[in-house]
Amino acid sequence: MSVLIEYFLNITDLVSHELPHFEGLFSRRSLRRCVSLHCDLHGLEEGPADTAVLTRDQGLSYYRCMQTIRRMELKADQLYKQKIIRGFCHLYDGQEACAAGIEAGIERTDHVITAYRAHAFTYTRGVSVREILAELTGRQGGVAKGKGGSMHMYAPHFYGGNGIVGAQVPLGAGIALACQYQGNGQICVALYGDGAANQGQLFETYNMAALWKLPCVFVCENNRYGMGTSVERAAASTDYYKRGDFIPGLRVDGMDVLCVREATKFAADHCRSGKGPILMELQTYRYHGHSMSDPGVSYRTREEVQEVRSKNDPISLLKERMLSNNMASAEELKEIDGEIRKEVDDAAQFATSDPEPPLDDLCKYIYHNSPPVQVRGTNPWAKLQSVSSS
Amino acid sequence: MSFLRGSFIDALVVLQMMVRDALNQAMDEELERDERVFLLGEEVAQYDGAYKVSRGLWKKYGDQRIIDTPISEMGFTGIAVGAAFAGLRPICEFMTFNFSMQAIDQVINSAAKTCYMSAGFQAVPIVFRGPNGSSAGVAAQHSQCFAAWYAHCPGLKVVSPWNSEDAKGLLKAAIRDDNPVVFMENELMYGVPFEMSEEALSKDFVLPIGKAKIERPGNHVTLVSHSRCVGHCLDAAAVLAKEGIECEVINLRSIRPMDTDAIEASVMKTNHLVTVEGGWPQFGVGAEICAKIMEGPAFNYLDAPVTRVTGVDIPMPYAKILEDNSVPQIKDIIFSIKKTLNV
Repeated sequence: MSVLIEYFLNITDLVSHELPHFEGLFSRRSLRRCVSLHCDLHGLEEGPADTAVLTRDQGLSYYRCMQTIRRMELKADQLYKQKIIRGFCHLYDGQEACAAGIEAGIERTDHVITAYRAHAFTYTRGVSVREILAELTGRQGGVAKGKGGSMHMYAPHFYGGNGIVGAQVPLGAGIALACQYQGNGQICVALYGDGAANQGQLFETYNMAALWKLPCVFVCENNRYGMGTSVERAAASTDYYKRGDFIPGLRVDGMDVLCVREATKFAADHCRSGKGPILMELQTYRYHGHSMSDPGVSYRTREEVQEVRSKNDPISLLKERMLSNNMASAEELKEIDGEIRKEVDDAAQFATSDPEPPLDDLCKYIYHNSPPVQVRGTNPWAKLQSVSSS
Repeated sequence: MSFLRGSFIDALVVLQMMVRDALNQAMDEELERDERVFLLGEEVAQYDGAYKVSRGLWKKYGDQRIIDTPISEMGFTGIAVGAAFAGLRPICEFMTFNFSMQAIDQVINSAAKTCYMSAGFQAVPIVFRGPNGSSAGVAAQHSQCFAAWYAHCPGLKVVSPWNSEDAKGLLKAAIRDDNPVVFMENELMYGVPFEMSEEALSKDFVLPIGKAKIERPGNHVTLVSHSRCVGHCLDAAAVLAKEGIECEVINLRSIRPMDTDAIEASVMKTNHLVTVEGGWPQFGVGAEICAKIMEGPAFNYLDAPVTRVTGVDIPMPYAKILEDNSVPQIKDIIFSIKKTLNV
């Protein structure tokens, strides 16, 4: 029975794509849904098209992605409270649509760089939940072998994870310069928050990116608070999408994964066509405080957090959209939830049982492709040797 | 390339090259050899370089490979490091290292530490170069020596050439190195000509980073120096030779990694050590050498404590008489050697 339905659904997909006037006939079973997309524009005649199409497969994929990020971050919260994760831990729950939507809007071969709230992007760029959690718990099976921690995870075409606020933005423009130089048609997405938006090096970067027409999409994830400082208290202008001045900008709802995807596609096309950089502001929200050491309620009310959770949660938004359009059943989504829960639990099990890195790793990979050098230990008799990566 | 030919009575032709031309030749050869190499910085392209070190390169290689930047050190240094992340091999010029302070976060936190933080996944093949240390009459904000600051940080290599051969061989090595290298030149040395051997003129002349050179052998005292002060040490040695004191002059070439073995071997021979640098004394290159000697086998061979000759511990003054007396002069080196030898 389920196979038949699948087949039927595929045919309908074909039909409604090839012969639009049939769509009405199958509207009770329609698999695609047009969504209207609101966008504020700066220095642009036109923005992304105001409707987007979501297929069932895409919907399920975005749902799975966002739910995995959510569960991974909540597991990290749990492990942190158990003191198994230590140091800095900046969680992304609430902002899932940004990471999922951006990845959906770019190619695998494009490049992404972000700041310290980076676990979600590490995942969307291809690192397993296992390797992310094991890096947070500081084990040898972590994506950076326990050397980096929460803010320093890397993957092909993903450059972290950066701890210094704003530093990742010129780095991102440099990656874009490399794309332009190598003529490979790739672009770089360089993300930063509403707090970093006031860093001087961003404006230096905007100038050079525009001057040299670098294929860089600057993305401001505006979650309304830079640590404990609200946007009104930090910025003379909170229209972050306009702060690039001579760089065109757009602002979209960062809680809607489709809006993020369409805006990203538009921005990526803009860059790829040689028009130069573009700036995208995503209006989003984080449920957790700035980091695990911030309860997140001294500068905002619990009511505010609860309001966003109940009315604007990105995963709920997508779920309701898919359910109300018969694009998936509640059971199906529940099954996906169950799979994700298991995946995250298994990953946590690995992250808590994998051994810590051996002490031999202390002086490994200071340099790349380099002869060994003597490394001074804590005292003159502790003479260690460096081993370089290759 | 400009060079002076001196001809000798027996018709032996000696090729001389100024330090700036040696640097130029190094960059030219490496730009030609590897298309991923490019140069960016203020005035490096159409102005031919603030100190003419990159003369002719923009004309030869064009806009894509020789890039004039706006006055935005933090921004363009970050851009250079990002380009290194993504497969290019940038040479990032600071008009002087004083301006690198604007960008030092990108050098240390984005460049130096990334290979380690990523457990070897992300290499950063970048060179940061420019004039370092004192010049002539440029006053306090433009005269600081940054050798100690950069050499303090793991993940960086720090190189400080003295003569033309050093400049060419070490710059080529730095560009070919897959790690962030801070390459500290000296403005007053740019116009100084030195002999260049045939080997040094070849396209594959590369000097190893981390190895010092004994410029002058001697038995009575070891002089260790880097950059311009190496020349002063040799001048002091020439004067002292007439008095029967033979100095062994070591040109460090690399500050990090430092060739401690070469210093120790020399000290175990001469039993006396004098370090000479242009930078400030506190927490400086000489201070580090003292600590290293104390911790190693050479300590037991010392007949006297190590002596440091350094710049005066003040911001650099402007007036010539004051400036001249703010940096080690040959007479200071001679005086310090004699005190160390107790003669």
